[in-house]
Amino acid sequence: MNAENKELQMKEETKELLKIVSDFDGTEFKGAYNIREDGGCAGRKSTENITIESKEDKPGINIHVKPGTKGENVFIPACITHSGVDDLVYNDFYIGEGADVTVIAGCGVHTITEEESRHNGIHRFFIEKNARVRYVEKHIGTGATKANRFIDPETDAYLAEGSYLEMDTTQIQGVEKTVRKTRAKLDAGAKLVIREKLMTADDDTAETDFVVELNGEDCGADVVSRSVARGNSRQSFRARLIGNTRCTGHSECDAIIADHGSVLSVPELEAYSEDAALIHEAAIGKIAGEQIMKLQTLGLTEEEAEAKIIEGFLR
Amino acid sequence: MLELENLSWTTEDGTEVLKNVSLQIPDGKVVVITGPNGSGKTSLAKLIAGIYEPTSGRIVLNGEDITEMGITERARRGISYAFQQPVRFKGLTVSDLIALSSKDNLSRPDMCDVLVKVGLCATDYIDREVDSTLSGGEIKRIEIASVISRHSVLTVFDEPEAGIDLWSFTNLIDVFRDMQKNLNGSLIIISHQERIIDIADELVVITDGEITACGPKDEIMPSLMDGKGCRKMCEMPREGIF
Repeated sequence: MNAENKELQMKEETKELLKIVSDFDGTEFKGAYNIREDGGCAGRKSTENITIESKEDKPGINIHVKPGTKGENVFIPACITHSGVDDLVYNDFYIGEGADVTVIAGCGVHTITEEESRHNGIHRFFIEKNARVRYVEKHIGTGATKANRFIDPETDAYLAEGSYLEMDTTQIQGVEKTVRKTRAKLDAGAKLVIREKLMTADDDTAETDFVVELNGEDCGADVVSRSVARGNSRQSFRARLIGNTRCTGHSECDAIIADHGSVLSVPELEAYSEDAALIHEAAIGKIAGEQIMKLQTLGLTEEEAEAKIIEGFLR
Repeated sequence: MLELENLSWTTEDGTEVLKNVSLQIPDGKVVVITGPNGSGKTSLAKLIAGIYEPTSGRIVLNGEDITEMGITERARRGISYAFQQPVRFKGLTVSDLIALSSKDNLSRPDMCDVLVKVGLCATDYIDREVDSTLSGGEIKRIEIASVISRHSVLTVFDEPEAGIDLWSFTNLIDVFRDMQKNLNGSLIIISHQERIIDIADELVVITDGEITACGPKDEIMPSLMDGKGCRKMCEMPREGIF
């Protein structure tokens, strides 16, 4: 194990991406951090309560949060600054009992040629009893040319009794293909809240796939995806909620389609207990003409109105 | 001043909704347009706002022909329109809407004042999304707040009382009276409500797509209240000009 700190040294492209994906102010991260740049480590810092160490058997890190740690942040963004990078990383989070922390992840891929670049982040969360985690993840692709930027995140979460995980994930532009897989298992009283925001354009494709096993009594999951599919882009949303006991589950897909975009929403609700209460909602359609008109009556052009509606929808 | 000259509007299926409507609405006046359901009042309001395009006729605002202008251009010239059935937005908050409406000229406390004015507890609503979690009455009041934030030269309210409870209705009357006191241009209210009609300086009655009476409220009101309703007014001279 390597838990040594490493002074922050990174490329300008990385700094720019970090400003977008992790609200980096250009100088420092307030909390523990590990910055991944083009498959390497551009900086790392552990704190008294949060230890970050390299894995010995594969690329990635282990993050240990001491029991009872409150109000601290962990930054673990990954950036790719040029074409031809194929980055695969395994990050495991061990959140001690009663801790309450925020994890800011995120990935930015910057390329200027058509050669592929890919980042696959495989995260596992082991959240102990009564611990709370807020996980914030932003993904973006930037660059001057149409490129092949792929980001495929996978998340496995194990929520112990009374624990809470809130995942706030956003992908707003520039990623040609993404396959997002999230799996979670919940013990008694645990709560999982997922808010996904996704925008695709041109010929992008995006697949999101959630599988949540509600195993403990009175656990609950609320999975909501809001997305916009523009151009010729295609999206699919699958949410499988499995109620094995007395529990609540809600999944929702709200999508706006524009141009020739398409969205497939596939709900799967499986109840193996008569006390499992599972709900799915889906609404897919273009921006309502009345919405555009209302904002036009406030002085916005049709284009400004559409942009404002999408901005709000994906906020 | 807003001038409507021989304004007609026919729907795509050929229904003649408005027929040669002519009207002058001078600045400094509160004009209430009333009439039976389906008589063309909302269509007239939407023609003024640019939501509908007239089949024939002209709309002139302060000497400028705005007939060919779209919704945005008219809004930028100072026309505001409060929808009878307000629109809901997933993601846009009440403060977003008021900020857009006021062109970011209102501070947060100012926005709260506007919400209080329409009878909403500002702290409970300012950060709420303008979505389906709001009741009909709540969203109606937010719609009114978004419109009064604009301080327009011509404001059109389309049945503002619809969906509003009695307590809020009194509040609404106060809003209109306040606007009346500080009128920067003119105010048009489409309404069936006697208490709103009572605010009017001038009253316009539309029946079957035509103006059947118009003039100072005190002159028109007796014919509205005598129980003979619009039939009597249809028999009145159709001068249609104040």
